[in-house]
Amino acid sequence: MSQSKSASLLDARILVPALTGALRKLDPRSLAKNPVMFVVAVVAALTTVLLVKDFIVGSQSLGFSFQIVLWLWFTVLFANFAEAVAEGRGKAQADSLRRTRTETQAKLLPSGAGSDFKTVPGTSLKVGDVVLVEAGDIIPSDGEVIEGVASVNEAAITGESAPVIRESGGDRSAVTGGTQVLSDVIRVRITAAAGSTFIDRMISLVEGAERQKTPNEIALNILLAGMTLVFTFAVVTIPSFAAYAGGSISVIVLVALFVTLIPTTIGALLSAIGIAGMDRLVRFNVLAMSGRAVEAAGDVDTLLLDKTGTITLGNRQATEFRPISGVEAADLADAAQLASLADETPEGRSIVVLAKEKYGIRARDMASLNATFVPFTAQSRMSGVDFDGSSIRKGAVDSVLKNVALGGSAEERETQAIADEIAKAGGTPLAVSRDGRLLGVIYLKDIVKGGIRERFAELRKMGIRTVMITGDNPMTAAAIAAEAGVDDFLAQATPEMKLALIRDEQAKGKLVAMCGDGTNDAPALAQADVGVAMNTGTVAAREAGNMVDLDSDPTKLIEIVEIGKQLLMTRGALTTFSIANDVAKYFAIIPAMFLAFYPQLGALNIMGLATPESAILSAIIFNALIIVALIPLSLRGVKYRAVGAGALLSRNLLIYGLGGIVVPFVGIKVIDLAITALGLA
Amino acid sequence: MTINGWIQILLYCGIIIALVKPLGGYMTRVFNGERTLLSFVFRPLERGVYRLAGTSEGEEQHWKTYTAALLFFSLAGIAVLYLLQRFQGGLPFNPADMPSVAPDLAFNTAVSFVTNTNWQAYGGESSLSYLTQMAGMTVQNFVSAASGIAIAVALIRAFSRKSMQTLGNFWVDLTRTVLYILLPICVIGTIVLVWQGVPQNLNAYTTATTLEGAQQVIAQGPVASQMMIKHLGTNGGGFFNVNAAHPFENPSAITNLIHMIAIFSIGGALTNVFGRMVGNERQGWAIFAAMGVLFIAGVAVCYWAEAAGNPIVQALGLEGGNLEGKEARFGIALSALFAVITTAASCGAVIAMHDSFTALGSMIPMINMMLGEIVIGGVGAGLYGMLLFVVVSIFVAGLMVGRTPEYIGKKIEAKEVKMAMLALLILPLVMLGFTAIAVVLETGVSSMANPGPRGFSEVLYAYVSAAANNGSALGGLSANTPWYNITLGLAMLIGRFAMIVPVMAMAGSLVAKKAVPASSGTFPTTGPLFVGLLVGVVLIFGGLEFFPALAVGPIVEHLATIAGQTF
Repeated sequence: MSQSKSASLLDARILVPALTGALRKLDPRSLAKNPVMFVVAVVAALTTVLLVKDFIVGSQSLGFSFQIVLWLWFTVLFANFAEAVAEGRGKAQADSLRRTRTETQAKLLPSGAGSDFKTVPGTSLKVGDVVLVEAGDIIPSDGEVIEGVASVNEAAITGESAPVIRESGGDRSAVTGGTQVLSDVIRVRITAAAGSTFIDRMISLVEGAERQKTPNEIALNILLAGMTLVFTFAVVTIPSFAAYAGGSISVIVLVALFVTLIPTTIGALLSAIGIAGMDRLVRFNVLAMSGRAVEAAGDVDTLLLDKTGTITLGNRQATEFRPISGVEAADLADAAQLASLADETPEGRSIVVLAKEKYGIRARDMASLNATFVPFTAQSRMSGVDFDGSSIRKGAVDSVLKNVALGGSAEERETQAIADEIAKAGGTPLAVSRDGRLLGVIYLKDIVKGGIRERFAELRKMGIRTVMITGDNPMTAAAIAAEAGVDDFLAQATPEMKLALIRDEQAKGKLVAMCGDGTNDAPALAQADVGVAMNTGTVAAREAGNMVDLDSDPTKLIEIVEIGKQLLMTRGALTTFSIANDVAKYFAIIPAMFLAFYPQLGALNIMGLATPESAILSAIIFNALIIVALIPLSLRGVKYRAVGAGALLSRNLLIYGLGGIVVPFVGIKVIDLAITALGLA
Repeated sequence: MTINGWIQILLYCGIIIALVKPLGGYMTRVFNGERTLLSFVFRPLERGVYRLAGTSEGEEQHWKTYTAALLFFSLAGIAVLYLLQRFQGGLPFNPADMPSVAPDLAFNTAVSFVTNTNWQAYGGESSLSYLTQMAGMTVQNFVSAASGIAIAVALIRAFSRKSMQTLGNFWVDLTRTVLYILLPICVIGTIVLVWQGVPQNLNAYTTATTLEGAQQVIAQGPVASQMMIKHLGTNGGGFFNVNAAHPFENPSAITNLIHMIAIFSIGGALTNVFGRMVGNERQGWAIFAAMGVLFIAGVAVCYWAEAAGNPIVQALGLEGGNLEGKEARFGIALSALFAVITTAASCGAVIAMHDSFTALGSMIPMINMMLGEIVIGGVGAGLYGMLLFVVVSIFVAGLMVGRTPEYIGKKIEAKEVKMAMLALLILPLVMLGFTAIAVVLETGVSSMANPGPRGFSEVLYAYVSAAANNGSALGGLSANTPWYNITLGLAMLIGRFAMIVPVMAMAGSLVAKKAVPASSGTFPTTGPLFVGLLVGVVLIFGGLEFFPALAVGPIVEHLATIAGQTF
């Protein structure tokens, strides 16, 4: 997680460019994108013209008018500033991302075949280049296997413990930059050149500011435009009411009332909130292809989570040695330990650890034993050691059984029975043989992640149903599902079943989020409302999803949902606040406005503001300053709490609704005291 | 304020609450086309109507067809009503020999009754023939009410149906509403009213000699039949000029109670219809509760203001509340209650003269109408008006639970917000716009009965009442002038149809959506929290824009009265 890299709000590197950005955004073409602020800019320009005219003609209240006009422009500038700060944070983020890209060396095959390679930096590779990747090498960039078959460890990125098979031809041909080949040798044709990787795309996304308004943002803009129109009617009719009463009201005062009434606070901060929401995802190393996807994340009803790496630790751990009858557990442990000494996989290491813990079998030196390690290959699906004419094998039960080839003996049946029992309990069995004789089974257990149960309980409170997806048989799946506390599970899942499940949920009106990495995940990723593709996944998967997780951490789905919710909540909270503010502004301006001909209305001056001028000025200053005051909140977002919608709503209504009514009364009064003390009005 | 007064008010509220569920259940069956108690009487009649009209029950309409049917039907209604008035002098059932009505007044009146406004720039007993009253006014009282209910039902279906294109059939909804709901209640109600002394005849006016020996013409006619539907359909157009303050319209405490119950019964029950049709009655009760909160608050302020009386008059030694313009038979509590009921609903019938209310007392009816008459509201119109506010409330605050807003499982998106805002824009535009023009025009100002803020309030009230399709008047204003007849007519037309079209467009968009199942993450719309939110949004969204106008009208008048100042 790179959250710690987030730039502080008060970072001068962001604030200084944002100041100039605020001025640059005064460009009418830029302002026109935001209806509310555009209107403010138009009336500010209008009053500026009037001010100049008054200055030339000579007018009494020039100082007052000047201050109003100044604050009107400040209102526009503060809005621009908020947007510029939000964008600036994205830019800073892009810069730090650039620095995090690592260089790998690639073995380029200039001829495209053979084994004469030239070592070049990974970034210099072009699409179509063919590279050689041998056991132990890091694959330099995204590509397709054109020759060979290899087991690739993607655990570093996906958390998947078992190595995956990548072979030329078919669905499993795509390899991902950053993963490590464990066995065999493959030739890879590069499909993504430097500059078109997902990190590059992300950088251009956060920097380019080619932001499309999201559906909810568009709807909110319509509401704000509608409110602006309503208050236009309310204000333009006032001169006529005043004329009936035999008075008149200056344009400056009307403009001040108008600008304070229209929803400038949310209008000013709306795009900043959206940018900041995307930015929060980016800092989470998640790249959303559209703002729409972020919004959809907040609405998710059903979460499809892969078991391995999300619900359980990617690494299964040995927890028990189960010998067949006639074999001592210690002997089995001894053989298993020998077979695993050179096995660097987490499972292998856990076997060594267990043998030591349970039977006190100490690590031995392979060299002194004259032992040769037989590595795991995709074909054999076994590993082991050969020494002194003796050979030990451990691996998938069916492979080991085939290897010893006892053909239906009692040992084989017993081994199979133990293996089934382990599978039913949610574990993975590994058979062990020595010199063609079956010894027993190692019980590898899926370890459910700590705290995941609590997370699912939280999700349930949010109204989100979790479904565990696993290739395990239903028995195993049920055992793990119960332990993890998911709401449902899909066992022996095939891509078709996944797709069908998503369609089913959607037919019930639910929004579904899932993550996936394989090409066969692509249809489901495309079908899901929020499809998070792992960066390590196949090209097809990445194209199909509407988000890409650069860390390839499927657990993040939960955080993505929270970020989506936070974005929507922030928007709602500030809209509510902005609208609730109007009550106090009326009480400040209406009595001041009509005081000349209806002195009785002075009774409405419940804040006891000093003079009509100070009242109007205080209201407009408050209106402008509240924008600045709320920039941090709009960038940070309203905190999401998994407490259920009812509790969340009452809390937020209290803070932003009731607070929105009360705060301006206090704020305007304080500003009034200040400007009166300063003699500004 | 007296205990007795409050007991009467609470008794009334209790009766309305008790009616919501049974009437709502019955109406739901009617709108769903299910068999009811009255089917054996009306079913053949209903079928006959469809055969005559050339439509069939199974024929469902798209929102555009539904709306076009309503608009066509209303336009035809205006034409018929206009012609009836223009030619009544030569038509039968005119024992008082009423001459034909002038074009501008005929236009105003025709629009007024078709839009369910029943603004009356004329005195019924001195302007209209019995034929016009019966075939024109009473018929429109039925069908304009039924049209409003039909729109509400279409909008309810928009929420209750999933992934569909059609909203029902306007002709079927109209026919069923009239036959199964309005007619039966009116028949029974009318008989009770006649028993209580409301006239129902086609006689010529009676000339009587009073005790002082003076001659008095006593107007009468088919009153009772118009009374019941006038209240039940929230029409409000009186047979007589002084409306329900007239002893022939409202002779007793019983008739007064019947009138008040009739005004709120259908509007209240429609909230229950909504709840039942969307599958959760609590949804309906939440809306009803929000209406109830606004209603009780309105009654409390109005009753308090009237009971407190006028300090200037009190300074002259006249103790007690404000009884000016009130029927002594009904007193302050009932007059205040009726004033709030009639403006909360879009009725407009009165039992006391609103112009004689105190400044604050007359401000409450105005606010009720400015909000769009969503407190129970006009039959149908109240519910769809309130649902507009619900959509806005959900949209604004719904985001605060971290989901894009949804109501009854329907996502509230750009289209719905656009249409809701369009509909909500209409009222301030018409109410404030026409007032602003009228108060600076000589022709507008010269009709005022009082100078200063009260005169302003009279004009404001007129346009507010017209645009909200209420029909009550603050009085004082001489509204039967070409300027007011035409502009008020326009205000009524825009206030009715410019609102219905976006409402139906919103319904068309909603009905096509699939429903999102509720979960614990869904915005709760049945609890007190939602009710409070809705009330707040109604007041802030629907009310704030009128604050300046109210400030220079009733508010300044009230403050001046306290200070002992008159205008």
